[in-house]
Amino acid sequence: MDINEQAFARYHRQIRLPGFGIASQERLQAAKVLVVGAGGLGCPILASLAGAGVGTIGIVDDGLVELSNLHRQFLFGMNDIGLPKVDIAARQLAVLNPSIQTHTYNFLLTNHNAIDLLTQYDIVLDGTDNFTTRYMLADACAFIYKPLIYGAVSRFEGQVAVFENGLSYRDVFPVPPKPGEVQNCEEAGVLGYLPGIIGNMMAGECLKWITKLGTTLSGKLLTFSALDNRFLELDIDSTAEGKLARPTSKEEFESRDYAMLCGTIPLQAREISVEEFRIFTATETPSIIDVRELHEEPSLGKFPHERVPLQTFLQAFPYVGDGAVIFVCQSGKRSLQAAELYAASHPHRMVYSLRGGVIALLENGLL
Amino acid sequence: MEVLVFGQLTDITGSTSLQLPTVASSDELREMLHTQFPSLKSITYLIAINKKIAKQNMVIDQHAEIALLPPFSGG
Repeated sequence: MDINEQAFARYHRQIRLPGFGIASQERLQAAKVLVVGAGGLGCPILASLAGAGVGTIGIVDDGLVELSNLHRQFLFGMNDIGLPKVDIAARQLAVLNPSIQTHTYNFLLTNHNAIDLLTQYDIVLDGTDNFTTRYMLADACAFIYKPLIYGAVSRFEGQVAVFENGLSYRDVFPVPPKPGEVQNCEEAGVLGYLPGIIGNMMAGECLKWITKLGTTLSGKLLTFSALDNRFLELDIDSTAEGKLARPTSKEEFESRDYAMLCGTIPLQAREISVEEFRIFTATETPSIIDVRELHEEPSLGKFPHERVPLQTFLQAFPYVGDGAVIFVCQSGKRSLQAAELYAASHPHRMVYSLRGGVIALLENGLL
Repeated sequence: MEVLVFGQLTDITGSTSLQLPTVASSDELREMLHTQFPSLKSITYLIAINKKIAKQNMVIDQHAEIALLPPFSGG
């Protein structure tokens, strides 16, 4: 591959860097990079990769430009509001550097289309804004051994990491946090220039990975706090727990319901069987609410529980802990009613009703 | 003993840096944190000691750098 005169004129300030040279520029030109998310992180990532001369850039995003994006997503302008982000981003990159190729994917990346797309690229950058896509992408990349540059922001802080050689975000947090536990940027807010810093660090990690210059954050998680200019770098080691939490086959990966696992869709009350109840209460500590009248027998006994008769419960929901809740009654009818009403007003809680109620527990010898 | 606090955990701790009585291990620290900030019991976060994530109980030495981090999702 030759670097022509025009390319040399464009890139010579990086080509002349010690250790960079024509060889690094050629590596960049040959590289294929997929950027997932064209938002706060995606915009600076895309601009820096295109400016540096990454030859092929894929952009995945199903969103439209909104006014609230413009305080940090500088590839977009007022005239772009309502238009697909991927189209505007590709147009801006073409203006910046017409010698590179962009491919746009104006759809939501899911576990049904991710692997086919990821295999077309050398490395992937995660600039998404939700746990559903992040965990799905982490699993997909770990499964096909595709290097993944992770970045995320919240309020005044951001994080960057490089996952490769079998490491995954699941080695940091094996399972997603519970629904509603961590707020997104819309809820928690984000400092406008912060994704610019984190996105550019991600782009930098990508450029180093391609050119093999310097040391990347492979196996490290870097956290930056903009308010007090604090950096914290942690080591990420492979963990058994992280491995166990990952799907082990393409079929398992594709059959997982990532939206449900990450609670980004409202959860509905679910009936559980006696066996599920037995395992659940033996391995975890869900709150158990017995909605029978106080005189009804037998007691739930050994299962730690609270008794709140259905009518009392419905008048004003009492505090029932922060975790999962299981409602129980004599036959499973009143508990289902309580569970459905409670779930409707607490869409991010795991709410269950014991099918068959106390009678089923008795029949199965659990009371 | 200083404990650095990151992300939305500061909503619970009220500060990006906590001064806590010295403890000898990450398990003891977790217990102390849960007594002082009961909301931490039900949420996801990690304890890092000297740049290592405490997946199991870890010793905290006198000059240990200690940090609490939640998962981040924004982009």
